[in-house]
Amino acid sequence: MDSQLDNLIRRLARLPGLGPRSARRAVLHLLQNRDRLMLPLAEDLGQVARNIRSCANCGNLDTGDICALCRDAQRDRQTICVVEDVGDLWAMERAAVYRGLYHVLGGTLSAIDGRGPSELNIDRLLTRAREQVGEVILALPATVEGQTTAHYLHEKLSPLSIEVTRLAHGVPVGGELDFLDDGTLAQALKARGRIGSQ
Amino acid sequence: MERQQVAPGRQAEAQLTSLSLRDFRNYADCRVTIGAPNVLLLGENGSGKTNLMEAVSLLAPGRGLRRARAEHLPRQDSGGEQWAVSAELLTAGEVIRVGTGVPADSDSGRRIMRRDGETVSQTEIGRLLSVSWLTPRMDGIFVDSPGARRRFLDRLVIAFDAAHIGRTNRYEKLLRERGALLAEGRADEAWFSAIEASLAESAIAVTAARQALIADLNAEAAAGWFDFPGVRLALDGTVEDWLAEGSALQAEDRFIAVARTRRMAGDTALAGPHSSDMNAVNSHTGAPAHLASTGQQKALLIAVVLAHARLQARRLGRPPLLLLDDVVAHLDVARRAALFEAVGAVGAQAWFSGTDHDDFEGLDAQSLSISADAGTASITQSEE
Repeated sequence: MDSQLDNLIRRLARLPGLGPRSARRAVLHLLQNRDRLMLPLAEDLGQVARNIRSCANCGNLDTGDICALCRDAQRDRQTICVVEDVGDLWAMERAAVYRGLYHVLGGTLSAIDGRGPSELNIDRLLTRAREQVGEVILALPATVEGQTTAHYLHEKLSPLSIEVTRLAHGVPVGGELDFLDDGTLAQALKARGRIGSQ
Repeated sequence: MERQQVAPGRQAEAQLTSLSLRDFRNYADCRVTIGAPNVLLLGENGSGKTNLMEAVSLLAPGRGLRRARAEHLPRQDSGGEQWAVSAELLTAGEVIRVGTGVPADSDSGRRIMRRDGETVSQTEIGRLLSVSWLTPRMDGIFVDSPGARRRFLDRLVIAFDAAHIGRTNRYEKLLRERGALLAEGRADEAWFSAIEASLAESAIAVTAARQALIADLNAEAAAGWFDFPGVRLALDGTVEDWLAEGSALQAEDRFIAVARTRRMAGDTALAGPHSSDMNAVNSHTGAPAHLASTGQQKALLIAVVLAHARLQARRLGRPPLLLLDDVVAHLDVARRAALFEAVGAVGAQAWFSGTDHDDFEGLDAQSLSISADAGTASITQSEE
């Protein structure tokens, strides 16, 4: 195989969710659609690489130093939703159920992977939390690292007079109990609520 | 001791009716049809009998009877990562095709599990099928390391509660996290507190699940069954003591307090489910299993496995498949006969292995002869 093609496949294969086989298929597809897909994609990649940066306030990705969400005066500035990465922020925005601000940590605590508090966007969160915020929502994954990070943040935020909450764990909307794993079912039962109270 | 008659020509309540292996261990491509409640694998040492049992064990959640690494499972001569084991499972009058392996088009090289052609979770497979086994390596479990006994116990728990896999994995991961933080010498109290709070929660959950299973198993195993003695199991450890003295929440608080105090004093060791030990005694004589003769230890171990199988049959409505690798070693003729009757009474499909057909006199089983030629195994079926 040509070395340029080989390099491209190797690079693509390192992307999340792709392996060597998918990378080969993607490269072949791109080559079969050079004008319609490959060249515009190359141009988009270049532009994004040059122009997109992390928001200095919340860690979101945007073309400006301060992202559009942080600049939006219509959003509730009393509430900060803490997420692990920008993908989670996009998921919350897609759901269109939250109108507050965000804070992107850039990962979760993991001593094994050498990711400590100083590697995450935590100091900035504490600074923001001290500035007239009423509630911090911890929307972190229900993994070992996610929950350790949630415990850590709760400990750091608790001296401040703000409400610290986290997302509920339990039955997904439209989900059937029969298909739930035992751990989720146990969490849902533990966090059960009175009908009409929510 | 309780004795039960076994109906002749019985059908096991959950049984494999066919088994196919492709590029697995020393099997290139094999398929066998099974028409009997029990299966007897006969062959010389190294022919592939245990490999076949391992294949069956991998149809259920977990890492199988050898706890093998993924790279050891594909046939060496195949040169690839892919392998497959599939079977038809007859349960509750329904035939379900179950399978496991690494597919040829896999990018990740990860083992998947399938049910009727669809990829499903281990938990879902665990609802259909469980597999228990006895291997020669387990003969000395009562004198082996505490870790081996804990693994055995956790496997017994998982048969009823697949979430226990996640529970123990989570606990071990948190322990490693704490260990890594200590090794780095970081003095971040909030980070330690976060890990130790989660660790306490996991430690209590793991211990409580183990204790619940032991209580149920003791009720089942105390009386003895056929010629197998009554057994009483006990779990010893610090968290177990705390749970005996107070509530789960109090035990969590004590765990957190002790972890912190020790850490502050420079003592990095931590007592928890990873340091508990399971002990067994003969419930009739009160003699500890680790002081019993080799044959008596094996009889006690079989008694535990049979009690666990009966518990599953009653609670889940189906017994496990039993894989009994070279099980007749150390058993006298009377105990062998009792074992053959007992597995029939449980209603389980049992897979036996051995080198000599005469050792299995009185067993109602379909014999499969396993032989290896140039490193590749083949199976010859014969009707009994």
